[in-house]
Amino acid sequence: MERINVLICAGTGCTSSNSPAIEAEFERWIAQFGLEKEVKIVKTGCFGLCQKGPIVAIHPDRVFYCQVKPEDVHEIVSEHLYKGRRVERLEMHDIDEETKDKIFNIDKIRFYAKQQRIALRNCGVINPEDIMEYIARDGYMALGKVLTEMTPQQVVDEIMASGLRGRGGGGFPTGRKWQFALNEKNDEKYVICNADEGDPGAFMDRSILEGDPHAVLEAMAIAGYAIGSHHGYIYIRAEYPIAVDRLKIAIRQAEENGLLGKNILGTGFDFTLEIRLGAGAFVCGEETALIASIEGKRGMPTPKPPFPAVKGVWGKPTIINNVETFANVAQIINQGAAWFKSIGTEKSSGTKVFALGGKVVNTGLVEVPMGTTLREVIYEIGGGCPNNKRFKAVQTGGPSGGCLTEADLDSPIDFDTLIAKGSMMGSGGMIVMDEDNCMVDIARFYMDFIVDESCGKCTPCRVGTKRLLELLTDICEGRGTLETIDELERLSYSIKDTALCGLGQTAPNPVLSTLRFFKDEYIAHVVDKKCPAKVCKALLEYTIDPDTCRKCSLCAKGCPVGAITGVPGKEPYKIDTEKCIKCGACMNACHFNAISLG
Amino acid sequence: MKSLADLQKLREQAKKRLDLREGEAEYRVVVGMATCGIAAGARPVLNALVEEAANKNYNCVVTQTGCIGMCTLEPIVEVFDKNGSKTTYVLMTPEKAVEMLESHIKNGVVLEKYTVGTEKA
Repeated sequence: MERINVLICAGTGCTSSNSPAIEAEFERWIAQFGLEKEVKIVKTGCFGLCQKGPIVAIHPDRVFYCQVKPEDVHEIVSEHLYKGRRVERLEMHDIDEETKDKIFNIDKIRFYAKQQRIALRNCGVINPEDIMEYIARDGYMALGKVLTEMTPQQVVDEIMASGLRGRGGGGFPTGRKWQFALNEKNDEKYVICNADEGDPGAFMDRSILEGDPHAVLEAMAIAGYAIGSHHGYIYIRAEYPIAVDRLKIAIRQAEENGLLGKNILGTGFDFTLEIRLGAGAFVCGEETALIASIEGKRGMPTPKPPFPAVKGVWGKPTIINNVETFANVAQIINQGAAWFKSIGTEKSSGTKVFALGGKVVNTGLVEVPMGTTLREVIYEIGGGCPNNKRFKAVQTGGPSGGCLTEADLDSPIDFDTLIAKGSMMGSGGMIVMDEDNCMVDIARFYMDFIVDESCGKCTPCRVGTKRLLELLTDICEGRGTLETIDELERLSYSIKDTALCGLGQTAPNPVLSTLRFFKDEYIAHVVDKKCPAKVCKALLEYTIDPDTCRKCSLCAKGCPVGAITGVPGKEPYKIDTEKCIKCGACMNACHFNAISLG
Repeated sequence: MKSLADLQKLREQAKKRLDLREGEAEYRVVVGMATCGIAAGARPVLNALVEEAANKNYNCVVTQTGCIGMCTLEPIVEVFDKNGSKTTYVLMTPEKAVEMLESHIKNGVVLEKYTVGTEKA
């Protein structure tokens, strides 16, 4: 008889840090101890705290082991599973600030305590490859409810009343989108799930599909019923192999159980689903480009209107919603619009999943009610910047978004506040930066990404972003002047006004928002020719402090270009800045910290 | 599946499989499973508890812990209620364990005759 469940994270993060080997070790040792009948191993989706992965949870004891290595498994099995003694050294814990005691209770650990999981409710709890586990958590009950008790208009009204807004970036009211499609008279309509997650640093959609694929399938069928569609596409990038596999398994299991396909639950409603793989072009997250890609054309946007709700894939009315948006739908139907509306803020109801990354202690996936402040997310859940570095900014909304600074830390996170502050929600990437990040370099990084990803259809984006990148490179490499900054700003505004699609229109945002908050850094680069964060190599110089130098000659021996001269034991060494290629080899070679960068 | 009723039936069956992960149960039944406990026969006691609790749908989770400290009284089973108050049963056997579950977990009556105050080593 089963008495213990061992949950092993099989998300992309933990899989790449070797969770399959951990699973194999568990199987081996559980067999050796003769516990096969008592212990069940379950592969789950993401637990969220990717920083501490691979994560293994033991239930019913509610113990979370983190950074588990294959060689730790023997100890967990022999001590915990066999003898009931927790392996404390691997247990996830916080330190109580007053008593300095370790806190092991998972509900009191700060990373989890502030979170409220709706979209991620099943991630890290169920086996995503087993439809029965989804059904056990009330899976497909919402679909059953709408098919038997509600009219399509009632479903749309319920979603509208919940205040659910698109989680993919724009924040458009989902109910209104569905209403547009419902209003269209057409025998053929389509539902599309946009799983073309492309913002650097964002991975919430991937985690939902890996951890709870049925939640998305169920919501798509509900959407199909609501707008009168019988076929849907999931557009997902081929770079997400684990998510694609789990989706395929989920679709097959749902079909086998009569929850997708013909005559669902005997109600006469038909709905089928198909996966379309994208090649990973960022622009295909834009809905018109995505539709073109599904139709087998090159992924390029077209002007709107017509909107997809009127003329979408194959020229038919189509709704496109993001993965996380869909992941909320079944919960809204099950628990009611009023319940959903009661969470979050007045104009942004519900929760939002953020992929927390960059210079923060706990990187990972967090889901918090809308209206939570940046400070709560970055400091209380994220644990602040590592190594006591000073927080500088947080980038939200990916390449289309912008930066928020210390002054914004206490503002609530919701769609409208972020836009008012010059950034945006985007899909929920949140990249934290500390004093060691150069904001000009950050702007250049995003522009480099945009130049790569621009589809080339319209001139402002194709040529304009390339010019922006050149200007930023000039500034980073010491060729910039005050005029370069003005040029940068002027060009940014003209791209914003003239580009065809969302990608181009928002492409200059990282430049504009860093200019707005960190103009002094730009000026330091062009006037003083200095990079305050010491990132832009071209503006840095290595120098040897003659008083600290022990004249040992190690630096000169390490220099690949012979730029360092001196006499061993007699004369302090010096760097010829003309010859120096700024590789840093001397600094690594010096045992006495005599070499500095500035 | 042919209807919503089928789905509901399936859900009730499936729910059992996730019981261990859902956490909150009325009682927590903890078996001492250190070397002393295992040597004294804690493993059959544990298995009996797990099986009986599952078969009878008792509102409890059965788990294990290390040495409780009174090795002469092993196998020891502790029952915690939601408020954290503890009853300690000692010198357990699979039969006594089943009897204890019925009285304590099902009927809410502490089975005094097997508790630590009553039993003598």
